[in-house]
Amino acid sequence: MGIISAIGNTVEENYNALISGKMGITDIEYIDTIHKNEIKVGEIKFTNQQLEQLLQLPQDNNFSRTAMLATIAAKQAVENAKIQDINECKTGFISATSVGGMDMTERFYYEYFDNESCRKYIKSQDAGDTTHNTAHYLGLKGLVTAISTACSSAANAIMMGAKLIETGQLDRVIVGGTDALSKFTINGFKTLMILSDTYNTPFDNNRKGLNLGEAAAYLVLESENIVKKNNKQVLAYITGFGNANDAFHQTASSENGEGAFLAMQKALKMANLDPSDIDYINAHGTATPNNDLSEGRAIIRIFNEDAPEFSSTKPFTGHTLAAAAAIEAVYSVLALQNDIMFPNKNFQTPMEEFNLRPITKLTQKPLQHVLSNSFGFGGNCSTVIFSKS
Amino acid sequence: MESLKVELKAKIIEVLNLEDISVEDINDNDPLFGEGLGLDSIDALELIVLLDKNYGIKLTDPKDGKAIFQSVETMAAFIAANRKK
Amino acid sequence: MVKTYINGVGSISAQKTFEGDFLEEIISNESENVIYAVQPSYKEVIPPASIRRMSKGVKMGIFTSNKALKEACIEVPDAIITGTGMGCVEDSDKFLKAILDNKEQFLTPTSFIQSTHNTVGAQIALGLQCKGYNFTYVNGAVSFESALLDAKLQLETSEANAILVGGIDETTQHTLDLYRLVNFIKNEKDQPFSVLNSNSKGVVFSEGSNFFVLENQQKTSSYATLEAINFFNELKISEVGEFICSFLDSNGIKIETIDAIVLGNNGDTQFDDYYTIASTLFSKTPQVYYKHLSGEYNTASSFGFWVASKILKNQLIPSAVKMNDLTKDNYTYVLLYNQYRGKDHSLILIKKC
Repeated sequence: MGIISAIGNTVEENYNALISGKMGITDIEYIDTIHKNEIKVGEIKFTNQQLEQLLQLPQDNNFSRTAMLATIAAKQAVENAKIQDINECKTGFISATSVGGMDMTERFYYEYFDNESCRKYIKSQDAGDTTHNTAHYLGLKGLVTAISTACSSAANAIMMGAKLIETGQLDRVIVGGTDALSKFTINGFKTLMILSDTYNTPFDNNRKGLNLGEAAAYLVLESENIVKKNNKQVLAYITGFGNANDAFHQTASSENGEGAFLAMQKALKMANLDPSDIDYINAHGTATPNNDLSEGRAIIRIFNEDAPEFSSTKPFTGHTLAAAAAIEAVYSVLALQNDIMFPNKNFQTPMEEFNLRPITKLTQKPLQHVLSNSFGFGGNCSTVIFSKS
Repeated sequence: MESLKVELKAKIIEVLNLEDISVEDINDNDPLFGEGLGLDSIDALELIVLLDKNYGIKLTDPKDGKAIFQSVETMAAFIAANRKK
Repeated sequence: MVKTYINGVGSISAQKTFEGDFLEEIISNESENVIYAVQPSYKEVIPPASIRRMSKGVKMGIFTSNKALKEACIEVPDAIITGTGMGCVEDSDKFLKAILDNKEQFLTPTSFIQSTHNTVGAQIALGLQCKGYNFTYVNGAVSFESALLDAKLQLETSEANAILVGGIDETTQHTLDLYRLVNFIKNEKDQPFSVLNSNSKGVVFSEGSNFFVLENQQKTSSYATLEAINFFNELKISEVGEFICSFLDSNGIKIETIDAIVLGNNGDTQFDDYYTIASTLFSKTPQVYYKHLSGEYNTASSFGFWVASKILKNQLIPSAVKMNDLTKDNYTYVLLYNQYRGKDHSLILIKKC
């Protein structure tokens, strides 16, 4: 696993922040926007130049911020999985992004016509260019593709990766997602009037919306054969996943959380688990009025009144869009490894619509199965179940 | 007030891209959402921006739109009472 | 092993393909460096209340998916999987331009909402009330191939019985202007433009949408079976031969078994060598090209897939797409090879059924 987010530049730093309660939501430092003083974000405190240096990229590189974050996290994941030769077996790379190289496009949109030196970024708007840059940096030659289904993207990258391993198409696949903050998404969510002007408070009755964040995270999935052959230590298993479409509205989730319900149901069925087998839910919990109500209702439909402990980690990181499901996959694995559940920060008042209450304190409990939800625009709903190795 | 209503209808048609509808097709008291013009929650956000851009009225909570955007009549009344430009 | 049947198709391209003809009438182009998709009338397929916000890509996607579903007699598929290189670039551009021009003020949400890459797939699902699996792949020239692979795996593992798969890309003036700046698009001076006898950099750019219904059972409408698919992020020119041969090998097929090869030649002299290798390898095989008709875009290979499917169903290669003079009495196996700018190499094998 590898990760970079507003709460840390490595898996260890992220874990330490989660258990010590150190949140990463701050005022905006690096993005030039007129909304600077109205909103807070989960920003990674490196400039683009610093990121380039960290990766030792050549002068003429055309890495967008999204691609650099991806590469940092993917590189860590490869090192963490102790991979010596990335092409020693049939290896793939499946990455999720929603903004792609938008950070560069919005910077040079008009300048491209007058200034030749920035034109190397023209092709970086293409989401596939982000994936290609990272794969090339890793020296990976193989099946490389990208997924973009808004805020559920990375969950879907994980699913496709798992499917490719399961069907024997690949022996090993690096899956995850990346998104950098951009004026584009800040203004986009602003027009939807779902950005909070303070810290986000998932599942709270007085929640005012989300904080955007930026992050990247990747996981290395390997087949049983490769694990045996190399005597690998398995961090966790992906035992179930499901994707469904709410088919209700372009952006909003349905009142009864139909898509979310179907996604969780499919995942449980695939994992051959009963709802009562799930020990902890890492909820999507964006803290928008619509999401938390819809997700809550879907959780109640699956688990009845006895839902397991659940929390949203978005008060730590912000909503990192296409990367959200990837960083939360890392957090789900960390939860399993350490038998620990992370607090849903900033929660005060239970929602009036139901009795669900997230856990607000760091809680120890033996965990076997963790369920992680991610939902996106276009009614895209995804669930992944991680199980202890 | 009458001219404000006509202006408002034209603006609604323009920003919401209501291609097959003309100013004459919209009655002052027709419901804008649901049965009437059939607008939805995305249109409501567009209308909030219309208020801001053309009349200097800022709504911060989308829920406030519900009462205001019932019909052209209610919208015009709200604008007349609150407009800053 | 469960087979994957192509049971319905729908195409909008720079040719009049939306009515279902197989390139009987051709619009040829040597003078434009951008060609646009011929648009059908959308009113019969999309209700006016929904059409008002839709970009060209969404309209093309809905129209062609509708066509494919009808042909396969499927009302609601089990899954919808799309591929798009640039996504909904019309709305992305509109929103970004509004941000920059209005200095982040008075912005409205519609174009932002519709700027996400999965808009086409989501709108189709919304229209059909399809609550099944819904994915969108966005990796340059293998976006469509990724969708195809995903669908094939799901049919084989019996996760689904009928899947709608498509490739869609639209153009915007701004993006085209930028591509002209960096010579991704051919320079006006280099006319007449040719795909096979080109001596200039860049391509003739275009747009389009091609949808297919894949199912695990044969129907009277069946075109072919999808036998195998593979793609690779980057290859040296010297590695292409090996890439093709090992693909055929792993499917137990020899070069001579292939009855027609469909190549993605786009007339960009910088990267044409990849195709030269492939056509040399298949020098005794009937060869087909199509980008002189469709133009180049990230999912142009979905148009190639449409051409290949039609060849097998109709058992003929229209003269407009013939690269050499070879013909066969029967066409059983068709292989497709595509790459764009030296990246995203893909191979698809389909078979008569």
